[in-house]
Amino acid sequence: MTVSPAPSPGLKAQLLEMHQLARQFGRPVKYMEVCGTHTMAAFRSGLRTLLPESISLLSGPGCPVCVTPADFIDQAVALARLQDVVIVTFGDLLRVPGSRSSLERERAGGAEVRVAYSPLDALAWAAQEPQRRFVFLAIGFETTIPAIAVSVLQAAERRLDNVSFLCALKLMPPALAALLRSPALKLDGLLCPGHVSVMIGPEPYAFLAKSHHLPCVVAGFEPGDMVAGVLMLLRQSCGHRAEVEIQYHRSVKPGGLLRARQLWESVFEPSPSRWRGLGWIPESGLKLRPEFSAWDADRLYPETQVPAAVENPACRCGEVLQALVLPGQCPLFASGCTPEEPQGPCMVSSEGTCAAYYRYGRMASGASAAPERA
Amino acid sequence: MGLTDRILLAHGSGGRQSQDLLQQLIIPLFKDILLTPLDDSACLSLPAGQTAFTTDSYVVDPLFFPGGDIGRLAACGTINDLVMQGGKPLFLSLGLIIEEGLPTTDLQRILESLAAVLQDNEVRLATGDTKVVQRGQANGLYINTAGIGRCLPGVDTSSSNARPGDEVIVTGTIGDHGVAVLSHRQGVRFETELTSDVAPLWALLKPVFEHHPAALHVLRDPTRGGVAAAVCDIARASNVGVVLNERSLPIRAEVRGACSLFGLDPLDVANEGKALVVCNPKETPTLLEALRSHPLGQQAAVIGSVVAESPGLVRLRTRAGGERLVDLPAGELLPRIC
Repeated sequence: MTVSPAPSPGLKAQLLEMHQLARQFGRPVKYMEVCGTHTMAAFRSGLRTLLPESISLLSGPGCPVCVTPADFIDQAVALARLQDVVIVTFGDLLRVPGSRSSLERERAGGAEVRVAYSPLDALAWAAQEPQRRFVFLAIGFETTIPAIAVSVLQAAERRLDNVSFLCALKLMPPALAALLRSPALKLDGLLCPGHVSVMIGPEPYAFLAKSHHLPCVVAGFEPGDMVAGVLMLLRQSCGHRAEVEIQYHRSVKPGGLLRARQLWESVFEPSPSRWRGLGWIPESGLKLRPEFSAWDADRLYPETQVPAAVENPACRCGEVLQALVLPGQCPLFASGCTPEEPQGPCMVSSEGTCAAYYRYGRMASGASAAPERA
Repeated sequence: MGLTDRILLAHGSGGRQSQDLLQQLIIPLFKDILLTPLDDSACLSLPAGQTAFTTDSYVVDPLFFPGGDIGRLAACGTINDLVMQGGKPLFLSLGLIIEEGLPTTDLQRILESLAAVLQDNEVRLATGDTKVVQRGQANGLYINTAGIGRCLPGVDTSSSNARPGDEVIVTGTIGDHGVAVLSHRQGVRFETELTSDVAPLWALLKPVFEHHPAALHVLRDPTRGGVAAAVCDIARASNVGVVLNERSLPIRAEVRGACSLFGLDPLDVANEGKALVVCNPKETPTLLEALRSHPLGQQAAVIGSVVAESPGLVRLRTRAGGERLVDLPAGELLPRIC
């Protein structure tokens, strides 16, 4: 059958309860959806136009492309300019501006940059073209890390010496801890990322409930999941509770996927990592263990290491990522910065907050003002 | 001399091997529909009235995909561009840019499917050209076709004709072509029964042109950029708002699944055998009946309406009951799908 499934009968009832509870609660609440996939799903499904006026959804630092700092792009650009080096990347990174160029511009200028859907593509190409050197740009959160770990292990097993990984992998819980240290950010709860939590389970969020007294709900990505997740947060707010609850039971289990984590721990070790907007955060990144240094692009091509990049001072991606400003509050939004001509990563990524607001949120006046509430 | 099993640079030299390719492969395939003689240009006798003229280049990767190949695509794409203007397709030109080393049997299969579409639609091949480039300079084969058609009297389907109150019909499921091509691409390959919808739309729309020309306000084929781009164009060109209903969009389960996997919006994904029809709402039932009586239009559905509010903007009523903007897709969504 080809017609879209109808909304579940529960959705209406949940929205009704949410509106009632929001009225009873009496004051506005701000919940953060941490994950970029949630941000996009909320816009695509029109969820924001269904929520009570008093509930604001703020987008968090959960888009891997967006939190990757400009110096990573600069280093990738430097790699792309080396003789015989082929850059392999997820498509979203192509258009992210570095301090002077982007991979898209380098490709137009003659560099070889290939878009892959899996890091294993880089291995396949490396095996087919032994005379060239392939560098995979490894960015992502806990969701992507297992696939990259498998690729590194396979490269090592197959002794593929013409493929390497430029790693800027990031871990979500330390970033949330850093984010919440900002006194300017006043939150009433967190919609925790569904896919990341499949890997790590709900336990790493316990400190949010305990130390920060923030309700937390791990939610799925269907409109019904997100409505249920927001409702669970609101029930906690109304009951003055702060707990970690799971809405996304069909995929998230206590403890997460231990085997996947063991796999990545055999390849990577924690390291400090720089996040766009949040700066250096201890233990928030992963680097290759010394026994895999032969596949570490950062070590193999030290000449491409770059100083910290100068980011466009007018671009407010850093603050957008911390939910300190909304995209519309950036002077570049929709005028100097569009998906066609992006100035910052939040406008490039398919999960970027600015891209979501631009693509789905610019309604004519009166049609829906919901996304513009701070 | 017989043809080699792969195309050589010499086949594009203009010399003896070029003649061999022409005489042994191309002319036999098109003999029933070829305008002769093969002079430097074709001289056409055109019927009175306005003439539609269009061109398009085809660089799809891979050359063969589920449900079609670059030959069928090159014939259908140009025929459909004529049909969208209310034109009856009459003549096609065929420019081939072949990469050295293309298997001759592949070229034959591709030209056979192109010829079959022309034959079925009574379109004549008027003129053509063949070039061969060195290995590594093209992806097997690029095709350029230009088409000439006769504009049917009384049919005006310009994108600027939409008016508040009009309804928007799509003639079938959306996103099939883009997802089918993606499913077969190197590095992606996922199992699906899905095939491309690539098809010539003349037979589907001819009865509508003949019997209900005044009911048609706008016709567009939602190819690159998908339904989203086509509807946005209409909203801007006509300076009207459009509201689409997500629940009415005909989308196959495979397309929905693949789109969610790759983070695509089915509204953005290309179609090669579908038309968007903006029509007078009083005529909607008649048009739906006419469309649904043809195999290519069985799943035709009303997907939205034209409104006076927020001119230039397209909004989607989501299946969750919310609302959002529909915008032109930006950037490299799915490269080389046509």
